Amino acid sequence: MTSEERIVIVGNGQAGIQLIDSLRREGFAGPVTVIGEEEHFPYQRPPLSKDYMSADKAASPLPLRAEKFFAENDVDSRLGVQVTSIDRSGHTVSLSDGSTLGYSKLVLATGAANRELTVPGAEASGIYGLRTLADAEAVQAQLEAAGTIVVIGAGFIGLEFAAAARKRGLAVTVLEYADRPMARALSPVTSAWFAEAHRGLGVDLRLGEGIASFATDDGGRVTAAVSTTGRAYPADLVLVGIGVIPRTELAEAAGLPVANGILVDSAMRTEDPDIFALGDCANYPSHHAETRTRLESVQNATDQARHTAKSILGRHGDAEHYRELPWFWSNQGDLRLQIAGIVQPGDETVLRGDPASGKFSVFCYRKGRLAAVESVNQPSDHMAARRLLAQERSLPPEQAADLAFDFKAYSKAAAAAA
Amino acid sequence: MAKISFHHSDGNVDVLDVDPGTSIMRAAVTNGVAGIVGECGGQAMCATCHVYVRPEYLDGLPEIGDDEEEMLDCTTEERDGERSRLGCQLKAGEAFDNIEVDLPASQI
Ligand SMILES: Cc1cc2nc3c(=O)[nH]c(=O)nc-3n(C[C@H](O)[C@H](O)[C@H](O)COP(=O)(O)OP(=O)(O)OC[C@H]3O[C@@H](n4cnc5c(N)ncnc54)[C@H](O)[C@@H]3O)c2cc1C
Ligand code: FES
Repeated sequence: MTSEERIVIVGNGQAGIQLIDSLRREGFAGPVTVIGEEEHFPYQRPPLSKDYMSADKAASPLPLRAEKFFAENDVDSRLGVQVTSIDRSGHTVSLSDGSTLGYSKLVLATGAANRELTVPGAEASGIYGLRTLADAEAVQAQLEAAGTIVVIGAGFIGLEFAAAARKRGLAVTVLEYADRPMARALSPVTSAWFAEAHRGLGVDLRLGEGIASFATDDGGRVTAAVSTTGRAYPADLVLVGIGVIPRTELAEAAGLPVANGILVDSAMRTEDPDIFALGDCANYPSHHAETRTRLESVQNATDQARHTAKSILGRHGDAEHYRELPWFWSNQGDLRLQIAGIVQPGDETVLRGDPASGKFSVFCYRKGRLAAVESVNQPSDHMAARRLLAQERSLPPEQAADLAFDFKAYSKAAAAAA
Repeated sequence: MAKISFHHSDGNVDVLDVDPGTSIMRAAVTNGVAGIVGECGGQAMCATCHVYVRPEYLDGLPEIGDDEEEMLDCTTEERDGERSRLGCQLKAGEAFDNIEVDLPASQI
């Protein structure tokens, strides 16, 4: 790329902002424009379902970068403006303010949108999703006066919010259609432990019970959530956390291939060599999952951003293929879950430590090799697992299960030898 | 108000006045102090908020927690046995009223 060529980034979330940082660090001095449809200054999402929901009045959003970052890095940042279409042959994008902008390279960092419920009553007031700061502000403002909360979906965000609401002393029911919480991403062992832990915190966790409809008062405000068993759970506020849908609409309208996310190669390039996609909206060939996948995590957004910067600028040398180890965390009240690698259904699991002690890890083996490790209140195992899996090293199951075996030292030796 | 002084490796210093409850990481990220990233939002998960606390301010800091201990083992710039801490785990009013930290040359 020459310095005359403009890079246009759609989306100023975790991925888009890190990409700007990485482009400048890689020495790109040319024009960069980033466009975000939200009015808010770019902020971090993870605290929204955690610290931000506490009773602490001082809770405030955490920016992704300070305001001066944009001036210092000579970034043309447009807030509250949406990109409405892409003209691939003309190399331009159209914006909601009526303007058009040319690009040499275009990056789609559009994230994901909450999946919405369509059951009767779902349009009632008092029912919220939790994706944006605007969502979080609306929920936070209602919590003060709320007594009884129903959460739809026992996924990460639903359970983080449930734990935060319990901490404030609110009555919380969680309805989950599946027979275990976080079923999509966790082994049955860890999932079962979390179910019990949340019940221990006083959450009324209803498994195998989906949402059927909402009851409302005359003013159209939700009063209860009626589950698939017909039972009604009173609610002053309902939080819906049933997953997200990748924001692929721009790519699709521009004729780019889309399948559970915008399809990219291992350099994060779409079918169009001048258009890239990354983060929550991108479906990429995962080295570690050995299949195409789309992840929703800070690690995924930031590591892919660092990689994409190099792809755009042609700085990979012979390391074109993105292969960073995925890792993730979810803090649910004081319960700390950390995952290294990607857990898949059918993985064989080996337990390290005693779940009854509240601290343990689950080692997940695939085709006889260590593929992922879930750690509960056990950060040492998590970091050791990250070190080991990043080197694509395994560990015999007998040693994983043996608490006398020094896993941390083993992983450090493996990393040092690499 | 509490005071945080950030010493950069090039000798420059950023001084911030912050409200009680504000962590070193939050103060730095909000005000654009270069050298602190705070990628995990202060959950002791990323170690991109690593700081070296100047010796005269070490007394009175809270103990290093389990999470912090493990993350400090994975910092980009080498850990200092005495002075290394995670900026997200040190909050004004709780850990310090006035503190000076040196910033590592790199966090990632
Ligand atoms: C409540 C909550 C808690 C979370 N907790 C954790 C956690 O504990 N750990 C973890 O690893 N991850 C967590 N995540 C996930 C993490 O925040 C996301 O994976 C990450 O933000 C993805 O970054 P992104 O840049 O791909 O997308 P986003 O951060 O969603 O950013 C995309 C941005 O693009 C904008 N946009 C989309 N289309 C357009 C358009 N056409 N024009 C202009 N702008 C557009 C969107 O409005 C949005 O602001 C959490 C997410 C949420 C919502
Ligand atoms: S901000 Fe991530 S460890 Fe401190």
